[in-house]
Amino acid sequence: MISTDFEFLAGFLKTNSGLTLTPDKAYLIESRLQPIAAKHGKGDVAGLINALRTFPTQDLRRDVIEAMTTNETSFFRDTKPFDIFKSEVLGKLVTARAARKSLRIWCAAASSGQEPYSIAILLKDDPRLAGWKIDLVATDIDTSILAKATTGRYSKFEVQRGMPIQLLMKHFTKLNDDTWEVKPEIRSMVSFRQLNLLEDFSTIGTVDVVFCRNVLIYFDAATKGGVLGKISRRLSDDGYLFLGGAETVLGVSDAFEPSTGNRGLYVKPQRLAQAA
Amino acid sequence: MKSFLLVDDSAIIRKLAKRMLAKHGYEFSEAENGAVALMICRTDMPNGILLDWNMPVMDGLAFIRELRRLPGGDQPKVLFCTTECEMDKIETAMGAGADEFIMKPFDEEILSSKLELVGLA
Repeated sequence: MISTDFEFLAGFLKTNSGLTLTPDKAYLIESRLQPIAAKHGKGDVAGLINALRTFPTQDLRRDVIEAMTTNETSFFRDTKPFDIFKSEVLGKLVTARAARKSLRIWCAAASSGQEPYSIAILLKDDPRLAGWKIDLVATDIDTSILAKATTGRYSKFEVQRGMPIQLLMKHFTKLNDDTWEVKPEIRSMVSFRQLNLLEDFSTIGTVDVVFCRNVLIYFDAATKGGVLGKISRRLSDDGYLFLGGAETVLGVSDAFEPSTGNRGLYVKPQRLAQAA
Repeated sequence: MKSFLLVDDSAIIRKLAKRMLAKHGYEFSEAENGAVALMICRTDMPNGILLDWNMPVMDGLAFIRELRRLPGGDQPKVLFCTTECEMDKIETAMGAGADEFIMKPFDEEILSSKLELVGLA
């Protein structure tokens, strides 16, 4: 790929999705964009980028962004954040929200749905939340991956990554030898919608917990700071933010502080001041 | 060093599983059926067992029922690993004392994930 095409594509992705495309990721371009070039009749990746540069249709722009977005995920990915969510976060929120008995949770990079369904399963199985109103919003920039998430259907391989067999038997229905489906009572707890983290997301409303794991790593420092600032405005003052294990707010944003002893968990700084 | 017993009548599956588990640093033993596996467990109880269902001489279900009755037989983490994937079969395996269940075919990611779930990663 010629350098001007690479620079154009990197600029396009940065502006439209916040993704930072560095030269070490150039190897992804051919394998991910060639099918899109073929679908839109542009021949090869060079032809596709030329079309993006001249008269891009809305469909073409969306397909390129979606193809370059990484959708790697699994049920209860990394385990530890879900332990912290169950013990530390829910423990505090069950007390703090005892009067209104409602919780709002936002998964900001839901991908194919494993994370929001994992959270829904934890909430469903938690006797402390019996009778509570749970609102679980799951968003992603990629509409095709959200379409998969909404079906709640996963292959035999997908359901075996991170999902304990007892929970699989309790919360899934086996449709055939290769397909398992999340049961309706879990699916109905999650509402999926498309959302670009670079755009305004005030329609999310105020939430108690945000899961925004393994997304910020694809953004540059300024974009990370902007997104964290906007998340902070959506989070209740005593709310919680989960980031991925390789992500941090330090040196990026002062909207959050790490929660001591809980790796990957962040809170608003005034809470630390109040607690002191 | 932690030990892992691979019980499957297919030498290919045992070899494949051994390769997938290599990075975890286990000491391996192998058995081609439940009866041989039981003999190994009587002398040297392993930390983990990967267990096939359908095998000649003694199948996986009969093995785990015998194993759980042995002194110290409640200790090993047993991962049933089989093509028998109907819900009633999974329930039977778990009811007999399995700690996790793997539906064949499986890959390294699935095996690692299941090891983590039973605390053997």
